[in-house]
Amino acid sequence: MYLQMINLLTGITDLGFASGLTSIAAALAAGIPGFAVALGQGNIAAKAVEAVGRQPEAKNEIQQVMIIGQGISETSAIYGLLIAFILIFVA
Amino acid sequence: MDIVVFLNEEVFISAGVFNSLLIVALLCLFFAICGKKMKQADPTKPSTGLLLLIELLVTSIHEMCHSIMGDKKGRLGPFMGTLIIYLLSANLLGLVGLTTPTSNFNVTFALAVFALCYLIILNIRINGLLTYMKDTFVGDFPILLPLNIIGELAKFLSLSLRLFGNIVSGGMILGVLMHLTGWLILPVLPALNFYFDIFSGLLQTLIFCFLLMIWAGDLVATDE
Repeated sequence: MYLQMINLLTGITDLGFASGLTSIAAALAAGIPGFAVALGQGNIAAKAVEAVGRQPEAKNEIQQVMIIGQGISETSAIYGLLIAFILIFVA
Repeated sequence: MDIVVFLNEEVFISAGVFNSLLIVALLCLFFAICGKKMKQADPTKPSTGLLLLIELLVTSIHEMCHSIMGDKKGRLGPFMGTLIIYLLSANLLGLVGLTTPTSNFNVTFALAVFALCYLIILNIRINGLLTYMKDTFVGDFPILLPLNIIGELAKFLSLSLRLFGNIVSGGMILGVLMHLTGWLILPVLPALNFYFDIFSGLLQTLIFCFLLMIWAGDLVATDE
């Protein structure tokens, strides 16, 4: 009964409540994986640059390996972004 | 361009699947013409024009397969080359104005199932049926059977999701940006288009094929 009173007083309907929570969830799903992925990819790039510094002749091969490593570790961020898009556009 | 055909009831072919078939037809035509030209060419003289490009493509793909897979007999080269060429044209189809096949999750899922079946059949052909069953189902710890199976399937599911997510999210980010800022973003738009559409598409095909080559290379390496 108190919940219904609060709903009437503040003007927040059930649909609006669910929609608001969905938006918050979408923002968190898109943002939090990005934080971790950026850390990981920065580490990969740091190690790659270090390796080039140790052996400058192997620069092309190291660059290729680094690009592939970053592409694979980017998947976690893409999963989060996908969930955010599904939440916004489908739910 | 969704296709809707009325037979007894509606048959619906989505735009991505239709464009995939279109790509396959165009590629078949193009390479059939190249094959005919190559048969008429003189093997003693160096090739010029279109044949030179095709030779560069084939030798670079073969070299990449050889260095990553260690494939001495050269059995897996044509398969990987086909996959690379198909995925390149599928991901970059957005530049021409059609909807990309890989922005449809059904197409990428079908590609992952195709890769799974290919690797299973390759494994059975090289190692034999009993050794394959023993390695995947029993492995080191037979108690972990469900985890082994799920791990195997999860590899291919992540393969399909990676491709789908990268292509779709690239397009969506560009669409949302253009919708939000209108004409203000026009100076930066070529750079954004290059990173999100072109570079992302190229990188994802490369990663898809690299992973398949590494997994297939493990199987082929024990054969030599």
